[in-house]
Parts: sequence; structure tokens; C-alpha cells
Amino acid sequence: MAEAPTGVQTPASAARHAAQRPPAGLLPASFRVTSRRRETRDTFTLELVPVDGGPEIRFEPGQFNMLYVLGVGEVPISISGDPGRPSTLVHTVRSVGAVTRALCALRKGDVVGVRGPFGSAWPVDAAAGHDVLVVAGGIGIAPVRPILHRVLAQRARYGRVVLLYGARTPADLLYTRDLEHWRSRLDAEVQVTVDSADRTWRGNVGTVATLIGRAPIDAEQATAFVCGPEVMMRFVAIALQQRGMAGRQIFLSLERNMTCAVGLCGHCQLGPYFVCKDGPVFDLPRVRPFLTVREM
Amino acid sequence: MKTIDVLLAEHPFFQGMAPGYLEFIAGCGRNVQFEPGRYIHREGQEANEFYAIRHGKVALEIFVPGRGPTTLQTLDEGDVFGWSWIFPPYKWVFDARAVELTRAVAFDGVCLRTKCEGDAQLGYDFMKRFAQMVAKRLDAVRLQLLDVYGTVERR
Ligand SMILES: Cc1cc2nc3c(=O)[nH]c(=O)nc-3n(C[C@H](O)[C@H](O)[C@H](O)COP(=O)(O)OP(=O)(O)OC[C@H]3O[C@@H](n4cnc5c(N)ncnc54)[C@H](O)[C@@H]3O)c2cc1C
Repeated sequence: MAEAPTGVQTPASAARHAAQRPPAGLLPASFRVTSRRRETRDTFTLELVPVDGGPEIRFEPGQFNMLYVLGVGEVPISISGDPGRPSTLVHTVRSVGAVTRALCALRKGDVVGVRGPFGSAWPVDAAAGHDVLVVAGGIGIAPVRPILHRVLAQRARYGRVVLLYGARTPADLLYTRDLEHWRSRLDAEVQVTVDSADRTWRGNVGTVATLIGRAPIDAEQATAFVCGPEVMMRFVAIALQQRGMAGRQIFLSLERNMTCAVGLCGHCQLGPYFVCKDGPVFDLPRVRPFLTVREM
Repeated sequence: MKTIDVLLAEHPFFQGMAPGYLEFIAGCGRNVQFEPGRYIHREGQEANEFYAIRHGKVALEIFVPGRGPTTLQTLDEGDVFGWSWIFPPYKWVFDARAVELTRAVAFDGVCLRTKCEGDAQLGYDFMKRFAQMVAKRLDAVRLQLLDVYGTVERR
């Protein structure tokens, strides 16, 4: 069959072009760093805006972007800003290896590649009418911060709002300004605990799971959103169920290594699920069998 | 003012204990209050008491040479602390300090030991509660020791 003239698309040439084009979500957009704030010794919060007024990224709490540093590589990082203010993209990054180290070293004005948003969201709207219990550990506070932004912006829709947050030491606490602000509100309860502290710390010492027994929630109807190291989430899930919560009331965000972020490469496969597109947010019954499975 | 047995009936540690036993052991307890910063007991001192916290916050501390006093765990309303009175040599292993104004029921360990030894059923009920609490505390401390928020080496 003769080829159609250039510029005219036949179904066959369109299909061929589509096959050559990278699948949707594989091309990064350029974003400029407008602010970089040191949160702790190894963790920084970056604010990004599209270069040359490109489109902003609207997202749901729990979703993540792939951040790409030229010549170094690309990693998944949760969106930790306010979903009500999508004009600025906020990411909090802990420096643990080559790419996250490069992200933490970015300066105001530097450009970074962004693909996203990807992944499932915390069911924040479905929790309306009920108590909301957010349990975070370490860098796990970053993916849950958008929940608090959303819920507190629509405060009247929810019952009691409780944040339980655990970190290694008081110096490792992220978002201390937000914590102070939320704590000063009369309509939210914030409990912070650390694994070890000296005497200047007047808060709790112990694991975050120990705070669950006393959390002022109606366990029968509350929704729990949990994010942190998997070992922590296992113990938190046990404590929540001991409080009387059913698995379907408990949501976790899983972090498995991923590469493509669009369900193609299989790096982040967890049983029948791809963490990048079926997750990272799952309800407990779906992931319970895999929580004790080592990374594959 | 509430009597000790009524206070105990409201405390999670004693939940479900037969009222007769609550009255019986209430005779070993008294109401105590600690100002913020005050030490309730110090490491190495004789352990004569155990405490059921009704209100406030208590830090269990250990002195680490070169680092100073380090808090291992904090306990709150509804928790109990102190089990060194159960076994010889009856010495405290940690310091306990009130972080906030703390109200508790303090039990005389010798009085409790005598009652538990005189009534095996009470002793068993009491020890089961202690064993459950100690196991829970141990699980929590194990998790704390894992340093879960540290970075993991990739295999
Ligand atoms: C959905 C999702 C959301 C994420 N959100 C965030 C976020 O908001 N902020 C953030 O800082 N990180 C987040 N991460 C983790 C982040 O993607 C990894 O830390 C990053 O991929 C590490 O890449 P690297 O090249 O810097 O380090 P690598 O060279 O790949 O690894 C260096 C060291 O870090 C350890 N490491 C790698 N990944 C993790 C991890 N996930 N947790 C703990 N240790 C790890 C490795 O075991 C190794 O010891 C998220 C991951 C996923 C899957």
C-alpha cells in the first residue's frame, strides 16, 4: 500500500507513530527550584514551578512524581505540598543515595525533570463524616502532609483529626512549623514521639505504635492513614486492629523501588500489584500478605 | 474524693479485676503527686513501690557516660511502672522522672508481695497482668532498637 503524503495521518501511520512515541507519562517536564529549605541534617524541602509557565501539576494526596536530575538519575518522591495550591510543587527529600543526594544539593534556580503525578491517592474524601487518624514515621510524614492540608481546609466535613508522628530523635522531626501550627489549633490533636532523646525533650519517647491505644478516636468508624518504614507500619496495623479497627479502615503507603512509574517495567511488583500504578496507597487487606515479604 | 479501689477500677491495668481483689490490694496503695522535674526513684535505690499513673507523664531515664541522662521511654495516664519490687534484689534499674505534674497510685511492694503470696489466685491474676504489660513494653523496645528510621543498606 502506498504511503500517505507527509502530514496526513492514516490509521496505520498513526499507529506506527504511537508505537514510536514513549508511552504517556514517560517524558519529564522541566521545573525550576524556587526554594530549598533544610528540614533536618539529611532532609530538604524543595519548591518547584514549571519552567516558562508550563502547566502546573494537580495532584491528589498520596500521589508521587518521578524527579530526574540530569546525568544522575530519577527517583520517585511523594508530593508533600498542599493539593489546594498546585501552582507550586513541594517535595521533601531525604538524602540516602546518589539521586536523592543530588536532589538535596539543588540550589534555587536549578532545573529538575518532573514526571507525574503517579499512583493511587489516600481516600480522603471517602473518610468525610468520620474521625481521621494519620500515623507517620520518619520521612513518612511527607506523603501524609497533603491529607492534613486537605482535611483541615475542609475541617467541618470530618470528625476528630489526630496525627501521631514518630521520628528517630527530636532533631529528626520534619515540618516543625506545621506541627506547631496544627498543635495550636483546638480542632486537631498532634502527638509526637521519638526513639531517643535527652532531658531537654518534653514530649513522648517510644514507638509511634504505643500512642495508638490512647488516640482520641472512635475506632469503630475512623479511617487510618499510615506511612513510614514497613516494619513500623506492621506494628501500627496490629495496634490499630487491637483498638478495634477493621482492615478496610486502614490505608498504608508502600515504598518499593520503581523505575518506569507507569506499570511497564515490573520493578515495583508486589504479588499481583504494581506499587507505582495500583499503589502506593493500598488498604490493609490487599497488602497484608506482602508486608512481611522481602523486596524482590 | 474517690477511694483507692474506685481509682483502680478506672485504671486500664486493673480492668476486669474482681471487686473483692481491688478492695484487698487498695489497702497497699496511696495517692501520690509529683511536680514536673521531680525524680520518683533513682537507679540503684531500693525498689519498694510500683505506680499506676492516673494523670501526667513520666520519663524512664538512664545515665549514659559522655551523653548524660537519656530518656528510654515515656509513660502516660493508664500506664504502670516499676517491677523491680517483685524480684530480689529489689533495686531500681532506671531513674523515673515526672515530666509533667503527675498523679499516681503508689503501691507498697512488700504489702503487695505479702498479699499475692497469701492468695495464689490473686498472685496469679496480678502476675498475668504484669507479664502482659512487660511483654508489650518489650515488643515496643525491640522496635525502638531496630532504628527503623535509619537508612537500610541495599542488598
Ligand atoms: C512511591 C514512593 C514515594 C517516595 N517518596 C519519598 C519522599 O517523599 N521523600 C524521600 O526522601 N524519599 C521517598 N521515596 C524513596 C526514594 O524514592 C528513595 O530514597 C530513592 O529512590 C533512593 O534513590 P538514591 O539513588 O538516592 O539511593 P540508592 O542509591 O538507590 O540507595 C541508597 C541507599 O538508600 C536506601 N534506600 C533506597 N530507597 C529507600 C527507601 N525507600 N527507604 C529507605 N532507604 C532507601 C538503599 O537501601 C541504600 O542503602 C519514595 C519512594 C517511593 C517508591
